[in-house]
Amino acid sequence: MTLPLTVNGTPAELPAGSTVAVLVATRNGGHDQVAVARNGDVVPRSSWPTTELVAGDVLEVLTPTAGG
Amino acid sequence: MTTPELTAEAVPALAREEAADPFTIAGETFTSRLVLGTGGLPSMESLERVVRASGTQLVTVALRRVEAVAGNSMMQVLDRCGVRLLPNTAGCRTAREAVLTARLAREAFGTDWVKLEVIGDEQTLLPDAVELLDAAEQLVADGFTVLPYTTDDPVLGRRLADAGCAAVMPLGSPIGSGLGIRNPHSIALLREAVSVPVVLDAGIGTASDAALAMELGCDAVLLASAVTRARDPERMALAMRHAVEGGRLARGAGRIPRRWYAQESTALQGRPEL
Repeated sequence: MTLPLTVNGTPAELPAGSTVAVLVATRNGGHDQVAVARNGDVVPRSSWPTTELVAGDVLEVLTPTAGG
Repeated sequence: MTTPELTAEAVPALAREEAADPFTIAGETFTSRLVLGTGGLPSMESLERVVRASGTQLVTVALRRVEAVAGNSMMQVLDRCGVRLLPNTAGCRTAREAVLTARLAREAFGTDWVKLEVIGDEQTLLPDAVELLDAAEQLVADGFTVLPYTTDDPVLGRRLADAGCAAVMPLGSPIGSGLGIRNPHSIALLREAVSVPVVLDAGIGTASDAALAMELGCDAVLLASAVTRARDPERMALAMRHAVEGGRLARGAGRIPRRWYAQESTALQGRPEL
């Protein structure tokens, strides 16, 4: 069983039962300071291990960069 | 020559001025009145040189998708420079997007300070006043220290200050345009209209623009492109630092009134008959 997701605008799949922590571990791109939005809401870091992903979730995994 | 003494005197004069009237946002005092945007530099080495040359203590940063960002080195550089971070909501078009971006930035950067940008027009990147005020109210209620990028409208500036924003940041002209301060009168009126700090944000092209902002009574200047896209960013960063300090001193010193005709600066009394 896999979960169909949208991560940073592209289709992705993770094993059923995956949490946000699993998502971050696989999709952090080597960044340690990461913030996650799920379906338009922030998922606080403290909730990553307990927040289970659901089929169809739309996720954004973001990290600091330079900007005006 | 008296130049060396004058230079030595200049620093205590500025320090006295800052001690008498410090630049404080949300209880935090800054001795530098230059806020620097970090976008547009070719390398992290360049970023560090520019931050150090500018003397800034507050820099703007952004959030983007992990795939679009190479490495963690920016945060290391800024940490080494000891500057406070001001995350922005650049690219947001609605209050909803901006509020969510601010909350994500609070997670990623561990600060509740935010440079609130809500853009209403693709070509000019001018702020959307309605969405901006809405987002500011929501973020203030959520405990953020909100520094909104706004137009030079004194009425909107007052509405943002009344909503609880920690500072108001009016544009001089559109972001990245380098057109300077197109309506100095509005900036001066806005300065009078609010009691929170006013930070001139956007449009600065060169050092004289930054000095003018300070002469008009702004508390600080925020700029990015004018430095990062200059031919020599490090040199321009130093120029901006001196311009902000010069403008600040000139404001305090009190400029002479403008006159239509000349007024001699050498006394007529004692002039010889030749």
